[in-house]
Amino acid sequence: MIAGISIYEILTVTSILFFIGIYGFITRKNLISVLISIELILNASVVNFVVINKYLYPDMLQGVIFAIFIIAVAAAETALAVSIIINLYRQISSVEVKDTEIMKY
Amino acid sequence: MEKYIFYILSVIIIVFAVASVSSRKMLRSVIYLLFVLCGIAGIYFLIDYNFLAAIQLTVYAGGIIVLIIFSVLLVHHIEMELEMAKVSRKILTGLLCLLGLAVFLYTIYNNDFNVVENQVTTTTYDIGAKLLSYDAGGFILPFEVISLLLLASMIGAIVIAKGRKLNDKNNEAL
Repeated sequence: MIAGISIYEILTVTSILFFIGIYGFITRKNLISVLISIELILNASVVNFVVINKYLYPDMLQGVIFAIFIIAVAAAETALAVSIIINLYRQISSVEVKDTEIMKY
Repeated sequence: MEKYIFYILSVIIIVFAVASVSSRKMLRSVIYLLFVLCGIAGIYFLIDYNFLAAIQLTVYAGGIIVLIIFSVLLVHHIEMELEMAKVSRKILTGLLCLLGLAVFLYTIYNNDFNVVENQVTTTTYDIGAKLLSYDAGGFILPFEVISLLLLASMIGAIVIAKGRKLNDKNNEAL
């Protein structure tokens, strides 16, 4: 654990990061920006897993392993989202949220 | 000393996160996200999870950021400015987010955490042994499932990004 830093301060930072992500998710109009906001939200949750593992149950490893799994799922999700965005751009020449009405095949 | 490093890292994370969701240039927004991810890797280094910090740097900063930059370059003109939401909507969303943050912080600060004072160092050996153990509490099954998920998403991404052009050509050939 970090000398002189309580768990409350780290959880405060991750909460702020989480809500910055939600703010971006709602206000941005572009699919790639929405993807960036999702990455922020995921990162905030991963830091929470790790910090709670380290401060409350230092002999366990569950939090670290869940963090690894979340990072793997986030990588898979980003790859799929990027491929969908590129395919969408080929068909309708736009990546704005309001133009994506014909995702159904 | 570690205290001040943590404060500097949190300021970096929050400032660049705000810049990342409010910048009007797409590429800059991605680079700000890169700084946020590096700051989070710094926090992992501070709480002694070196392996996790390495994963964060390679997978996020090395993989996902490059992927997003490629998609930005394929999809946008570099100098194009993004369309922004209306000001009233921004203010409303900001207020709602502040309200949610207040609820979160109220809950966190009223909860009594059972903090254990420790200086345990986790080695990569422990993490690997836990991931591959098949005893009770081992993680071998999720590990295999994750490998299948990565394979499936890789194939899916190739198929989706390839698009329909090849199919049309095939239909003409038939």
